[in-house]
Amino acid sequence: MSQKEVVPLLMLLPFAGAQTAWDMLHEDEMFPRITTSCLDLDNILGGGINCKEVTEIGGVPGMGKTQLGIQLAVNVQIPVDYGGLGAKAIYIDTEGSFMVERVLQIAEACIEDMTECNGLLRKDFQAGQLKMHPNNILENIFYFRVCSYTEQIALTNYLDKFISEHKDVKVVIVDSVTFHFRQDFDDMALRTRLLSGIALKLMKLAKEHGLAVVLLNQVTTKYIEGSFQLTLALGDSWSHSCTNRVILYWNGNERYAYIDKSPSLRSASAPYSVTSKGIRNSASTCKRIRMM
Amino acid sequence: MIMQDALSLTEFQLMELLDVGWAEVTSAVAHISAIVCPPYQSALSLMEQRVKNEHLAGHLPTGLKGLDEALCGGIPFGVLTELVGPAGIGKTQFCLKLSLLASLPSSYGGLDGHVIYIDVESKFSSRRLIEIGAKSFPEIFLMKGMAKKMSGRILVWRPASLSEFTERLQQIKVSLHQNEVKLLVIDSMAALVSGFSRFGSIFKEIKSTISLALPIVFPKSLPLPSIANFTDWAHSRECEQGIPRQHPLGWHVSFIKSLAEFSRIPIVVTNQVRSQSSDEACQFSFQVQRWKETKEDHARYGSHLVAALGVHWAHAVTIRLVLEAKSGQRFLKVSKSPISAPLAFPFDITASGMSLLSDDGIELTGPDINAIHSQGHSDIINFTGESLQ
Repeated sequence: MSQKEVVPLLMLLPFAGAQTAWDMLHEDEMFPRITTSCLDLDNILGGGINCKEVTEIGGVPGMGKTQLGIQLAVNVQIPVDYGGLGAKAIYIDTEGSFMVERVLQIAEACIEDMTECNGLLRKDFQAGQLKMHPNNILENIFYFRVCSYTEQIALTNYLDKFISEHKDVKVVIVDSVTFHFRQDFDDMALRTRLLSGIALKLMKLAKEHGLAVVLLNQVTTKYIEGSFQLTLALGDSWSHSCTNRVILYWNGNERYAYIDKSPSLRSASAPYSVTSKGIRNSASTCKRIRMM
Repeated sequence: MIMQDALSLTEFQLMELLDVGWAEVTSAVAHISAIVCPPYQSALSLMEQRVKNEHLAGHLPTGLKGLDEALCGGIPFGVLTELVGPAGIGKTQFCLKLSLLASLPSSYGGLDGHVIYIDVESKFSSRRLIEIGAKSFPEIFLMKGMAKKMSGRILVWRPASLSEFTERLQQIKVSLHQNEVKLLVIDSMAALVSGFSRFGSIFKEIKSTISLALPIVFPKSLPLPSIANFTDWAHSRECEQGIPRQHPLGWHVSFIKSLAEFSRIPIVVTNQVRSQSSDEACQFSFQVQRWKETKEDHARYGSHLVAALGVHWAHAVTIRLVLEAKSGQRFLKVSKSPISAPLAFPFDITASGMSLLSDDGIELTGPDINAIHSQGHSDIINFTGESLQ
């Protein structure tokens, strides 16, 4: 056959694993997003953290990255009846910032909010009583403590098997992806390769199992255009690795989140706050809502 | 080649090295990963373990009610707690009291254990320690032999250099479990980096000469410089010189954190301050582009002092307590903490150590919780046993 005849035929051959854009759109609608418990933040994220994708969240110390990570590990468990996923979480701790007392606080607050919601909206719903206890929420968070970059790589490799055995896991949080790669790495080329390897495996994991991967990152300083600026750590190649990138920063006296990079979300910022209950709307948003 | 190294190689490199095919390599990597991978447990089981096995579910109470409440019990085990503030504000005083608390019997809220106090700048004063003990817990300290027993549990070590410190750290890891060490204090981390400045070493020599020549008790009327004054003067000279921002402490940070984790003890580290330079990075590039805030705007928000050791270190500590002075009043701020609201407590240093003037704490909004002020702070702490301003 001539080339002219072959090429159109080749175009019809399905690529293994490929999908049409139309199918993808329908699939997106099927996968609910994980709420952050902050309305404005959910809005700029298109409803919440997207399953099937890797989202990187970075900020200076004390911004609330771990808080957000824990909030997501709790919120993924919100029952389907309450608009959640009713799923489980994997929390990979590389820094030792996971404080169980805080997880308990956030879990208790989440249940309180759901019970309140129950009371307000579902008076007519007979079977409605929420039977969740904060300990149930703690039970559904699988906690891994990683102490070196080799453990981090090993765990990333192992996750596929683990999740195949625990199919109800819908979020994997790595807090932080940076820590072990920032200490004493002499061979930067090796570091770049290892990090991109991890990023690829996590993206594959997210897509195949339909779960959200959230990577928390630290900041460093960089000399750009005549001044020192803050930037997320791990270098330029890494900054291309994640699908979505959110930066947490101070704007005056308020905490803000900015969508720095996303294929589907527009660049926007939203205020949020960290309270004793976890991540919530900022105080100014609360005032606005009350006035409505 | 040890197992873990295999994880850093690409599949092709492994195929070449082991002379096997793709399938074998993939399966070997999967197998190695499963072995090297750390075990998991549910957050519930983690909590239950801590509540069951550890003192107050893993906390060392500081005796400062407001702070203990904010920290869900006290200084947490297994992580780094940092104290940062200007010279003379009370960091070492706080560390002395904590050391005492860790050595006390559990019936008095202590950990009934040993303490390793790494005293980089020779600020440790055993007289002051005993004084704090006698004033805070007279019932114990007035008992015969108790002062000796308690202070005998605190091991003070003065490393002569960063390399000596590095070497000893590894030994400490081994002996932690054997010697029932319940607290490690590093006072100060910043001084280790600034390389034991000229002033530090000169001062040490002078101090050893003076202590031989003068009587043990220093009356308040002794003309300057008293030993404490000299330390602070030397420190302020260091600040002016500028402690280097980038530092080769990457390995140490990682090691100390893993030490804390592995032994499940609290590790308290003190940090110094330096003045903020005009080219300090404080914005992301999108902020620069979008809002074109000038540097002057930012100077308004921040104070002129920042913690030494930089942002990398700031990420590594789990709890950061800022000690500062504003309009002559000292404040203890819970600047970074996964479990607390951003609270500021006014405090004073008295004969019995640090005491909070209010247990309620003022909740601060915004980045001010991270700022370090030194307004109206010219008081220097004297170890003469008199009540201090």
